[in-house]
Amino acid sequence: MIPARFDYHAPTTLDEAVRLLAGAGDEAKVLAGGQSLLPVLRLRLAAPEVVVDLGRVDELRGVREDGDTLVIGAMTPHAEVAASDVVRRHARVLSEAAATVADPQVRHRGTIGGAIAHADPAGDMPAPVLALGGELVVVGPGGRRTVPADDFFEDLFTTALGDDEILAEVRIPSHQGWGGHYAKFTRVAQQWSIVAVAAAVRTEGGSIAEAKVALTNMGSTVVRATAVEQALVGAEPSDEVVRAAAAQAAEGTSPPSDINGDADFRRNLATVLTRRAVLAAAGS
Amino acid sequence: MTATTDAPAMEVGRDRRRKEDHRLITGRTRWTDNLSAPGMLHIAMVRSPVAHATIGSVNVKAAQEASGVIAVVTGEDLADEQGTLPNVWSITPEQKVPPHPSVAVDTVRFAGEIVAVVVARSAAQARDAIELVDVDYDDLPVVLDTRDALADGATILHPDLGTNESAHLVLDFQTEGAAGNVDAVIEAASKDGIVFEREYEQQRLIPAFMEPRSMLCDPTGEQIVLWSATQIPHVLRVLLALSLGISESKLRVVAPDVGGGFGGKLQVTPEEFITVLVARRLGKPCKYTETRSESLMAAHHGRAQHQKLTLAAKKDGTVTGLKVELEADMGAYLSLLGGGTPTLGAFMFNAIYKFDAYRFDLRTAFTNKAWTDAYRGAGRPEATFGIERLMDDFAHELGMDPLELREKNWIRHEEFPFTTVAGLEYDSGNYEAATAKAKELFGYDELRAEQAERRDRKDPVQLGIGVSTYTEMCGLAPSRILGALSYAAGGWEHASVRMLPTGKVEVVTGSSAHGQGHETAWSQIAADALGVDFDDIEVLHGDTAVAPRGMDTYGSRSLVVGGMAVVAAAEKVVEKAKVIAAHMLEASPDDVEFAAGAFSVRGTDQAKTMAEVAFAAFAAHDLPDGVEPTLEGDATIDPNTFSYPHGTHLCATEVDTETGQVTIRKYVCVDDIGKVVNPLIVEGQVHGGVVQGIAQALFEEAVYDESGTLITGSFTDYLVPSAADLPTMVTDRTETPATTNPLGVKGVGEAGTIASTPAVVNAAVDALRPYGVDDITMPLSPHRVWRAIQDGADR
Amino acid sequence: MTSITVNVDGASYTDEVEPRMLLVQYLREQIGKTGTVVGCDTTNCGACTVHLDGRSVKSCSVLAVQADGHEVTTIEGLATNGELHPMQQAFHESHALQCGYCTPGMIMQAIDLLVDNPDPSEQEVRDGLEGNLCRCTGYQNIVKAVRAAAKAGA
Repeated sequence: MIPARFDYHAPTTLDEAVRLLAGAGDEAKVLAGGQSLLPVLRLRLAAPEVVVDLGRVDELRGVREDGDTLVIGAMTPHAEVAASDVVRRHARVLSEAAATVADPQVRHRGTIGGAIAHADPAGDMPAPVLALGGELVVVGPGGRRTVPADDFFEDLFTTALGDDEILAEVRIPSHQGWGGHYAKFTRVAQQWSIVAVAAAVRTEGGSIAEAKVALTNMGSTVVRATAVEQALVGAEPSDEVVRAAAAQAAEGTSPPSDINGDADFRRNLATVLTRRAVLAAAGS
Repeated sequence: MTATTDAPAMEVGRDRRRKEDHRLITGRTRWTDNLSAPGMLHIAMVRSPVAHATIGSVNVKAAQEASGVIAVVTGEDLADEQGTLPNVWSITPEQKVPPHPSVAVDTVRFAGEIVAVVVARSAAQARDAIELVDVDYDDLPVVLDTRDALADGATILHPDLGTNESAHLVLDFQTEGAAGNVDAVIEAASKDGIVFEREYEQQRLIPAFMEPRSMLCDPTGEQIVLWSATQIPHVLRVLLALSLGISESKLRVVAPDVGGGFGGKLQVTPEEFITVLVARRLGKPCKYTETRSESLMAAHHGRAQHQKLTLAAKKDGTVTGLKVELEADMGAYLSLLGGGTPTLGAFMFNAIYKFDAYRFDLRTAFTNKAWTDAYRGAGRPEATFGIERLMDDFAHELGMDPLELREKNWIRHEEFPFTTVAGLEYDSGNYEAATAKAKELFGYDELRAEQAERRDRKDPVQLGIGVSTYTEMCGLAPSRILGALSYAAGGWEHASVRMLPTGKVEVVTGSSAHGQGHETAWSQIAADALGVDFDDIEVLHGDTAVAPRGMDTYGSRSLVVGGMAVVAAAEKVVEKAKVIAAHMLEASPDDVEFAAGAFSVRGTDQAKTMAEVAFAAFAAHDLPDGVEPTLEGDATIDPNTFSYPHGTHLCATEVDTETGQVTIRKYVCVDDIGKVVNPLIVEGQVHGGVVQGIAQALFEEAVYDESGTLITGSFTDYLVPSAADLPTMVTDRTETPATTNPLGVKGVGEAGTIASTPAVVNAAVDALRPYGVDDITMPLSPHRVWRAIQDGADR
Repeated sequence: MTSITVNVDGASYTDEVEPRMLLVQYLREQIGKTGTVVGCDTTNCGACTVHLDGRSVKSCSVLAVQADGHEVTTIEGLATNGELHPMQQAFHESHALQCGYCTPGMIMQAIDLLVDNPDPSEQEVRDGLEGNLCRCTGYQNIVKAVRAAAKAGA
């Protein structure tokens, strides 16, 4: 329950945070909302010597529109993302996903940037960001760089973030007018996703013109269900048609087996949830 | 026994809001972890990460030198004084009880067993130092199931015992009218009746009270004082004295506010032994508060049985006999009650049914897991689950409605009092009334119709209905029966009712509430008995210095036994007061009546209030001959019998056959707990009890991996449900008073849990019968349900 | 050690704390506010819930240093001038507590959920309490209490 000792810094600018992180080497951890890091520290699964707290870097927080792009500061709490009309308009599925993370108290503190940087395969933020073709803006001693979501999630708890880099922004091309739905399956409400599906759908003349589908917890990282996406082009948003497309949801995935379900069960869930998410997105 | 006053009860039966609430809702609480003492030191435990190993060496030097550390104590250091944790129930004369040191000396037998103790000036320093203790473990093979433990060639956990079996208890029951013992009855049924056999699993559960265990021992006064978040301050005091060789009169145990127990804090623990020993050794107050991870790993677990039931019946469904074979997992060591917990179920497998032959065959065995003991219901939920699952399964086999099968076999209302095949006399009950009411509230026929419709159209969401007609035995317990069962203590309860000179009342009870509202309920009882205002009564409990006599709270006993002690003690007060009042009124006690808190001479308006009598008894200026000053009454009640609440629970579940998700659509319970003292408290107990039973059915299991590590070591994985995961239930009651105590009460603390688990599982299985499913192992996780459907399709 | 100044239940406290000290430990051990309790170590149970700048948070998952310069309200700060907060009153009326251990956290979260949703349905109350575990009550009376408090305009 009591973390090991660490040195603590609370910079007020991003530049200062980057400097502190660079100075601390690999013995430092970045503290965002703390809803993933603090449990890790309390159980002593990690014992960093230095913690750099981004909580006072105001420039990292907030939701804004930048032309056709939705920009969300990394330190924006899930509750703010979920409640934002701007997010809802441009990225409906992200709005829904943020509302499902853990519980209200955790959503008041946990941040989109912290969740993405942590890259827990069962976490809910990567799937909508990946599905919508988002980009992550990363800042380090060498300056700013932008990493497409496709290239950002590398492995279990591993991203393209260098040890001395900080995730600053999440940028998502506007999907205004698209339907979106995040279908999350858990045994108890506050649980991490056993499997979840982020679906964004554009309908035209009563058919699905385009679909974007990403799967949570079907592998060591979030993954796009590209076979499903292709099968849905021009598809009728009916149960029968979508069911057939969704049957391919688990293709190319390597879902884990754990006490919440084995790989077969997860594959099944992926197809069922994909169907439900796509139908809901098409109808919304 | 008669009531002490002719006035109608004004408090008993009323939905009084609780006296306990104010401090709890404002945060002015006295949890054990809140307490501190001057110079207090903090204890942290070094616990084995491995499930079975010999201890090579324990290197404490680095820890001893760490900042703030006062001492590091090993099992070797304590070997001479730590004794053994007690077991108080020999379920057979041959029961094997291994020695159980509170700090392991040469062998660890479950992951989480304590191997060293760090004492430091702050909790953080103690926590930091445990990482510096270096223990060498030599792994031994791990035994994780009673089947493996009892198999030939199994690794023996306690070599001196020569076996992993702790006890083998066989109870053979038959009534006078029986055609023979259960073997004969099964034999007969195999020829011209039905023999129906099923195996069920009772998974291992964790009581998971919300307040982690905490204890503080102050050895610096004349008495050693131990504050502990325990359900059993009195039992703990006696056993600490006996086990550690401390003079009992030099020991005081206090249970301050205790945050839930459910049987999980009915234990004498290594942590308590260690805290006392270390405090005494260092001469300083020492506190230990466990983390949740430690609690899930090391506080005792519950349930954990393999069950095999063999039913003999006539072709029309009349049950003629039952054989029950159980293997109960004790964990690595025998706990306080140990095999006594499953043994309590021995008398409950026959449940509400009449049949003439019954055998209960129990083997208790050791495994490399946490020890097991009582968890809400203690043996009776396991028994009720077995028989109520069996009855629903048997009904399906016969093509009979499950309620009809119950009715065919249950004890009819007019047959009470009824002595069951297991030898218990049920005093009263009305299964017909409870069931009729439940059916109506449930909308049974409409739900069956909907079930049929969904089946016809092969709806991916199926509907199922599950039945649980339960009874339970509580009000633990008549001391002579406990003696006959070789349980080391009695089952009485004590109360003192004291009239203070100013007319206020102190009720001292030996019960030890940890959420059950005794302060409120005992006030209601005493208020009616004494004719005193509810708010003028203070209920004192939980401290052996304040309430020296008691047998504490568990087994749904406190109202039935403890409440009756309050009644009896109050009666004595009224008796004595009457004599004094008569003297004050210059009348004969025979001419004095007591009503509404006053003593009056019949036919006159001369009266003395209870308060006036109390003051007169205190001043003692003019008391009648032979009457001692002060006005109080003491009573110790030893019940003659158990009490037998019963009820009918009906559950409707929807099963999403695509995902395996089970949702409770409707839950109705009609419980008969005899007369009701406080309906709010009763309903709260039913709600909480039912939810724990639902949680066993759908969510909870203590899971170990193949190396003996507890995988469900936090609330992330041990799934205690939240409000979002649960239904709102419909609760109602019938009231068939107990005939065996003056208030007619039966107890309610465990009934909900005992009833609900089979209702939920029966409902889910019922939903999936058309899918070839006839059983699913608990908890009914979506994964297991889905897998059962896939397997059923293959059949 | 780091110096922090935190406003807790209307009073300002300045203390030296180790950065690793959790807010719940600061409340309990350093300023003696033992009304807020610890129930788990994985941010699940919610017994430690307080309000930080007016929103509910699990105080086991906030460092004391993160609260520097901020406002904390605990269960002990709810009653004003001896008068119970309507949510406290509702819990009492509806018998929404038994052992009371989860109660402070439950009450703090219940108050917060009405901020976003002043007239919640039964299911919305249940969903709003998904981060608070209770072992005693089965939640039914808690849901009742929250809806009663909502009607009373809590």
